[in-house]
Amino acid sequence: MSAPTFLLDGRPVAFAEGQSILQAAVAAGAYIPHLCFHPDFAPHGSCKVCTVRVGGREAAACTTRAVAGAVVESDTPALNDERRALVQMLFVEGNHFCPSCERSGDCKLQATARDLGMTTPHYDHFYPDRPVDASHPELLLDFNRCILCSLCERASREVDRKNAFALSGRGIRTRLIVNSRTGRLADTDVRATDRAVHVCPVGAILPKRRGFATPLGQRTFDLKPISAVADSSAEIEEG
Amino acid sequence: MCSAVRREPDPAEAAATAMARHRHDPHELVQVLIEVQEACGWIPPPAIDCIQARLGLPRARILGVATFYAFLHIFPRGRYRILFSDNITDRMLGSEALLQRLCRSLWVERGRVSEDGLVSVDTTSCTGLCDQGPALLVNGRAMGRLTPARIDEVAEKVREAVPLEDWPAAWFRVDDPVRRRDALLSGTWPPGEALRAGLARGAEALVGEVKASRLRGRGGAGFPTGQKWAACRDAPGRTRYLVCNADEGEPGNFKDRVLLSTAADAVIEGMTLGALATGARRGFLYLRGEYRFLLAHLEDVLARRRAQRLLGESILGHEGFDFDVAIHVGAGAYVCGEESALIESLEGRRGMPRNRPPYPVTQGYLGEPTVVNNVETFASACLVALHGAKWYARLGTPESAGTKLLCVSGDCARPGTYEYPFGVSLREVLSDCGAGEAQAVQVSGPSGATVPAAEFGRRIGFEDLPTAGAVMVFGRERDLFEVARNFVHFFAHESCGFCTPCRVGTSLLRNMMDKLAHGHGSPYDFAEIERLNRLLQVMSHCGLGHSACNPVLGTIAKFRPAYQRRLAHEEFEPAFDLDRALAAARQMTGRDDAAAHVREEEEGTA
Repeated sequence: MSAPTFLLDGRPVAFAEGQSILQAAVAAGAYIPHLCFHPDFAPHGSCKVCTVRVGGREAAACTTRAVAGAVVESDTPALNDERRALVQMLFVEGNHFCPSCERSGDCKLQATARDLGMTTPHYDHFYPDRPVDASHPELLLDFNRCILCSLCERASREVDRKNAFALSGRGIRTRLIVNSRTGRLADTDVRATDRAVHVCPVGAILPKRRGFATPLGQRTFDLKPISAVADSSAEIEEG
Repeated sequence: MCSAVRREPDPAEAAATAMARHRHDPHELVQVLIEVQEACGWIPPPAIDCIQARLGLPRARILGVATFYAFLHIFPRGRYRILFSDNITDRMLGSEALLQRLCRSLWVERGRVSEDGLVSVDTTSCTGLCDQGPALLVNGRAMGRLTPARIDEVAEKVREAVPLEDWPAAWFRVDDPVRRRDALLSGTWPPGEALRAGLARGAEALVGEVKASRLRGRGGAGFPTGQKWAACRDAPGRTRYLVCNADEGEPGNFKDRVLLSTAADAVIEGMTLGALATGARRGFLYLRGEYRFLLAHLEDVLARRRAQRLLGESILGHEGFDFDVAIHVGAGAYVCGEESALIESLEGRRGMPRNRPPYPVTQGYLGEPTVVNNVETFASACLVALHGAKWYARLGTPESAGTKLLCVSGDCARPGTYEYPFGVSLREVLSDCGAGEAQAVQVSGPSGATVPAAEFGRRIGFEDLPTAGAVMVFGRERDLFEVARNFVHFFAHESCGFCTPCRVGTSLLRNMMDKLAHGHGSPYDFAEIERLNRLLQVMSHCGLGHSACNPVLGTIAKFRPAYQRRLAHEEFEPAFDLDRALAAARQMTGRDDAAAHVREEEEGTA
């Protein structure tokens, strides 16, 4: 018996029982924009960039179970307009200066924004005060670029077994914090080899002393839009 | 209990005591943190060291939880922590001027701690004393009926560092004016009678009776209670839990306060009936932090009911009917009124709504089937057990059986609690409370509906105006734009921050409403607000985000002139205002003369 399928923008996508729409789409190599989702981790459902239209209403594709025969709309002008607004919100919420960021070209926030045709931040910037933590000998933690996807928190807990990261605060004051009495990354047990370090979709957690190994213009999303990069959900390693 | 001006207790000792009281259960983290906060006035690092070591929780997780709740502080606040209730009804009664008066009198800036660490003054979301506002909390204790004279007296007590226990008890008196009683509030029965009636029917028949009564949830959403109980009973699980949602955070609501203070037996008895129906053996009453003045009373009621064998093991002598209730206190988070966020909080985590399904009836507290019902729902269930479904279903309307407690506040002569059968018109309520010439009514709270005078014929009920209870009345002279702006500030303050649209969108919406208020509005902003509203409605994770735009949508639709007035410009104007931006410089230099301001024409040519 063949696997059940649903229709994503008119194309059939096979899924396994229990998979969400996005999990099935990613496994099938079909692109639905997303930021807080990673195929190795349980869906989180917080960024809402993967919102699709199914059954007459909008729902996050990462947390909505795939149902046989469902008709799912994703790549529509209306949904992409709304996704662009969400990405703009993520830009104005933090401090994102792409030209000076080591992740430029490999950053999923930037790539998603470009793919959605975002040309301005549109909303007024919040300009939050988020000091950089450069205490760690191997790693740089730049909170300005954090989009609160919590992938580092999940990876540290589930893969590294360290609980090095957590979210604190509430509402617009939500912040990433690290697990040490001093609040400094150097005083945690994080290592550059940890999964939590590599799972960051933006440039919030970066290795030190390694810059521009691949020249700007030749990086993953410089060469191809994120929607055309196979396996765009996985970590994009620079170089 | 409040420890202002006492010798500072040892934080590690306070933490150890709190953890022991909660059996060193990590799920009790929120309760432990609250008790440390109570003892020390904040949560000092040595207390966190102690909790981290003993409960085996990562420090970052403890900090994540502590910083989520508005009443918990990981940095020292004043020894007297004064928070003015900031609901629109408090503002209409002059709370803003009172706050400024207290700040001036104590030489403290709003939101800051005084230099000597004595006092901090700020605002908080509605504290549920709208029928006796303006109100404040001092170290968590509620104080209503504020006047300028009372504020001056408070300032004096603070200056003289008088321990809170020695302040006049009358200042902390909370009244519960009930202006109209119907089936629920006039029904008096000896404790245990509804339970005996339920036991006589049997668990199976009781569920059927509650279903047949068409009793629906009283928190506003109106889910059929019998169906919820049956679903929980039938869900596979090792054990079942029952939760009474007394996290009455929706501004303008205070009926749960009144029920818990005047009819706590009915609420607990309704929970016990729920336990009989579902087979739950443990129950929680999640009491919002603002109502902790009810804690001692509720513990007394629970203790008495245990002594009467109405709680505990073999209730009323029925072998195997075991059920008890523990009270969990909240710590200032509106979103915990959402049932899955409430369960997260009960489990000692940040109160963030879960992804659903699964729903709590199948996977709730600790992953087990859990019923979460409103305070009023449980109390109403007693009437069904006592009088039967037929009797109950005859009250109210076909779609909305029974009665509803309304919390009336705002511009009216007789604020307080009113119980009516469902189907009562707003006009009748307004006439009973002496509202006179009302311009509009906010039904259910900020997430509810703004009803203009032309629609006062509309009726309270799930088929027309569903409500958690609030009826906030706005007289002719009130500015509905300012009402909506107050509500938008509330949602921005209470957003949990989990999902992008609500976390960022509610703050953007707040800033846009402020921009209009500051006179920089144009039709462009109007269109932006409408676009943002739609985004929040369709993309947010939970009801908070979905309804954050309701007050704006409602007032734009029905009170457009209040907005039109704000569109001072035809062309787009930036929100940035040079003169306002210079306020910090003026404050630092102590200047406020004409030369320290940017004049209109200069700004224009700059």
